[in-house]
Amino acid sequence: MSFGKKHLSSIDAGHYKNTCDSATEVMPVPKVVKLSMSENIGAPCKPLVAKGDSVKVGQKIGDTDAFLSVPVHSSVSGTVTGIETIRNGMGGMDTLVVIEPDGRQELMEGLHAPEISDQPGFIKAMRESGLVGLGGASFPSWVKFNPKNLSEITTVIVNGAECEPFITSDHRTMLEDTQNVIDGCLALMKYLGAGDGYIAIEDNKQNAIDKFTKMLKEQNIANIHVFPLQARYPKGAERVLIYEVTGRKCDAGVLPASLGVIVSNITSTAFVGQYLKDGIPLVKKRLTVDGDAVAQPKNVQIPIGALVSDVIAFCGGYKSEPKKILLGGPMMGRAIFSDEQPLVKANNAILAFTGEQAAIPEETACINCGRCHEACPFDLLPTKFAEAYERKDVQMLRDLQVMQCMECGSCSFVCPAHRPLAFMNKLGKAMVKEADRNAKH
Amino acid sequence: MPSTENNFKSGLMVSAAPHFVTKLDTQKTMMYVLIGLAPAAVASTILFGFGALLRIILGMIFACASEWCYNKIMKKPQTIQDLSCCVTGAILAMNVPSNFPIWMLAVGCAVAIIIVKCLYGGIGRNIANPALVGRAVLLLSWTSSMTTWPLTRFQRASGLYGADAVTGATPLGDLAAGNLGYANYSLLDMFLGNTGGALGETCTIAILIGGIFLIWKKIISPIIPCSFIGTVFIISLVYYAFNPNGVYNAFQMAIFSILAGGVMFGAFFCATDYVTSPILERGKLVFGIGCGALTVMIRILGSYPEGVSFAILLMNIFTPLIDRWAERSFYGIAKREKEAKKAAKAAAASADTAKEAAK
Repeated sequence: MSFGKKHLSSIDAGHYKNTCDSATEVMPVPKVVKLSMSENIGAPCKPLVAKGDSVKVGQKIGDTDAFLSVPVHSSVSGTVTGIETIRNGMGGMDTLVVIEPDGRQELMEGLHAPEISDQPGFIKAMRESGLVGLGGASFPSWVKFNPKNLSEITTVIVNGAECEPFITSDHRTMLEDTQNVIDGCLALMKYLGAGDGYIAIEDNKQNAIDKFTKMLKEQNIANIHVFPLQARYPKGAERVLIYEVTGRKCDAGVLPASLGVIVSNITSTAFVGQYLKDGIPLVKKRLTVDGDAVAQPKNVQIPIGALVSDVIAFCGGYKSEPKKILLGGPMMGRAIFSDEQPLVKANNAILAFTGEQAAIPEETACINCGRCHEACPFDLLPTKFAEAYERKDVQMLRDLQVMQCMECGSCSFVCPAHRPLAFMNKLGKAMVKEADRNAKH
Repeated sequence: MPSTENNFKSGLMVSAAPHFVTKLDTQKTMMYVLIGLAPAAVASTILFGFGALLRIILGMIFACASEWCYNKIMKKPQTIQDLSCCVTGAILAMNVPSNFPIWMLAVGCAVAIIIVKCLYGGIGRNIANPALVGRAVLLLSWTSSMTTWPLTRFQRASGLYGADAVTGATPLGDLAAGNLGYANYSLLDMFLGNTGGALGETCTIAILIGGIFLIWKKIISPIIPCSFIGTVFIISLVYYAFNPNGVYNAFQMAIFSILAGGVMFGAFFCATDYVTSPILERGKLVFGIGCGALTVMIRILGSYPEGVSFAILLMNIFTPLIDRWAERSFYGIAKREKEAKKAAKAAAASADTAKEAAK
């Protein structure tokens, strides 16, 4: 990778921030919630409740001893009506705890702000809170906040870039939960021993930048800095963000912690701030609902486990027949095949498209223009990856550093021939991984 | 799943991210190139009359027709809507004299599109620039028609060429014939296009406007034109410093070299062809320098007065090699291989010493 430039390559993918001025509306408790036991990237949880049990808000209903995991808490009070399995958007099977809410939303007794005296105590509290990376990766936060080289951590970066088009939920978090973000950032800096905190925000969210600047000044917090980013895609990708803020190069497979940096999503950080005050685990989430098929695009706060169809119904339903529904943004979000899917912690948007934006453009021949290379933040060569993949040339894929690709989709976006380059990169990476596995055995 | 009863939407379209793509597709890209060619087309119409415009339009039509017929006969999906054939036709037409026989132009377009592009697999697959191969074929087949240069409207009006003269020489032709000393074109004339030459290549200012438009719109990278023109300028400067030419000093001759012939047109519109030029920046730099160096070498050492199109064609052939070199150096492949070899050698050496010690 060639660095040494001020900014990494980026693209203008459009903003479409239609809902940035719509204050978050709290969705009423739906008729049913289905809590997935696979809320994090590690092993799924095992249900701790059975059919007929009554549960309260914040009650732990699933947990496991596996390493990369966090417990799941009930987002409603009500009765467990069953445990079912469903095919998820990735094609695998998920276990769901189905709860029929009673509408009273009674809090679990005994929930209180965690008493924390040291870093291990903080890590324990973070696991109990059920927090995972809310930017989409679902990486358990307690694992991230517990680096092996704790003493070397110098910097906490709070990621408020929100570079995906359409999504404004992080923007609303910054405006509505400003104090929680600051408190969360201070807590992370305290327990990670970091001297500096950066709140990185794209410069298309000037009101958020102003608000943070003003509040940090009022509260005399000098070691948290507001860092404006270029409003371009993909400035919010972890490895890009670290380079933009600190100038440190973060290769694929390298933990940010080994560079002395911990990056935390802005909504995760706000949750840390809130959890340390009231001890209520992660049971609700702010979502952006938008797209040309949605009657009333807006930001909503939902109980985790609500069904996509119920959230859309709260937003006035569909105004036209949806052809494609995305969980997440248009650049990296996942298309789901049915709106019966329940929402999980890491979801930050539902986008339903019906018209032109749902169409898949026709693929034509590569004209060797090199725009994929110019767009790539890490200066990779997607068109050659595609060629090497088609030839099954694993050595070439390795030579050209395919594993550095983070699948941001910039190459596919700019390709004038509309080739699915990011998808081919994914396949190329899978091919290299498989070859590595075979070499070991 | 009781999906009917609950009225869930299922069977939605699922596809890999990203779900949005740019609107700048191949067709729009080619449209931009055509817009970039427009100033030169207007200039050629002013300088050489409507015969020039007619040939440009017919060139585009012949090229499209060739591709359409090929796809029809070979039962392939129609591809003329990507407009790349229009660009090829327009560039080829701008490389011929303004009185060039139209049937010959049709042959040139057919050769460029069918033999050079379609038979190699269509857009993106050709190894050399179709328009330039077409030009080379025309030049070798009908040399006299390809080298009879009509005077411009302003040259005729000046009366310097005699009342009946309709054709004259190009600046490079005069230079090769040793007539440049009393040539009638100032450097300003050459900048404005008031000289003999192929209909699209003479007016430098029009080409610059189109080229800068394409760079501004990020359709072409400035690396190839800059390195191409820069190399021609520097080598000419050095050469004419040691080989003075009549009344012109070395600096004037260097300017003359980049204004004369097809350097400007070739650098902005032919050498920047995506398919036949390298992708990586360092490759583009090498490609541009190679085009410039070969152009000057052919002009000075070769028997043709002009070398731009042959220089670009030669570098087109080198493009895969340049691309491979650029990849190997940019991604550190060559370096890693070298280190691996060194490590293997060191391991072998230490194994040898261990063996000897065991003895």
